Amino acid sequence: MSMRTPLGRVRGLGSAKEGVHHWWVQRLTAVALVPLTLWFVASLIQLAGADYAMVSAWIAQPLVAVLLTLLFVSGFYHLALGLQVVIEDYVHEDPARIVSLVAVRFACWLIGAIAVFSVLKIAFRG
Amino acid sequence: MVERNRPLSPHIQIYRPQMTSVLSILHRITGVGLGVGALLVAYWVAAAAGGPDHFARAQALIGSWFGYLVLLGFSVALFFHLSNGIRHLFWDAGYGFELRSAYASGVAVLVMTAGLTLIAWVAAFTVLGGAR
Repeated sequence: MSMRTPLGRVRGLGSAKEGVHHWWVQRLTAVALVPLTLWFVASLIQLAGADYAMVSAWIAQPLVAVLLTLLFVSGFYHLALGLQVVIEDYVHEDPARIVSLVAVRFACWLIGAIAVFSVLKIAFRG
Repeated sequence: MVERNRPLSPHIQIYRPQMTSVLSILHRITGVGLGVGALLVAYWVAAAAGGPDHFARAQALIGSWFGYLVLLGFSVALFFHLSNGIRHLFWDAGYGFELRSAYASGVAVLVMTAGLTLIAWVAAFTVLGGAR
């Protein structure tokens, strides 16, 4: 027995292969975050006790700025996807569900954008 | 809406916790906690972009005893979520589903979490104690 809707059968189109997008991007960002996080933690350890001049000089290095940008983009994307699943699991009533889903997504992108902009601001100050 | 009073599986009140389920719950809790940690990192880098005064204030906050407490929790959560996340990636690839392997990898995650946390803090205090 087919599980497809009558409309779906008439159209005769296959899957758009988009159903696993959330799952796939969560894994993609996870894989990226393994080396990025370890690098970031190792760098922070080396910067322990460092003052403003040392920290900003570190961030301003081209490779560091690029890696920090990648860390923040993949990190906040990964966070948004993870928090989305948590909300979907525990918040069932609308409008609380949709409001919290949108708010979390917006907050992640806002804070991620602030973090990336801060890196670029330091990097381009020269 | 109709009131539903049917019992919920898996009866958490009378359910004996197992390492597999506890680690799974911890993965979610640490994930949410790392969201708070991400706020801290964003604040730190934004303070650096804001100039020496802002950065000094951020460093003073992070360098306080409360800041160290938060950093300790942050590092444990990060290393656990990282280790268990790698375990999840192996599961995604189709490996380690046997009960015995699931427990063995769970122990490995806990050992890795403790080890990485210890290494990180010993290294950080070594750097702090060094000539600067």
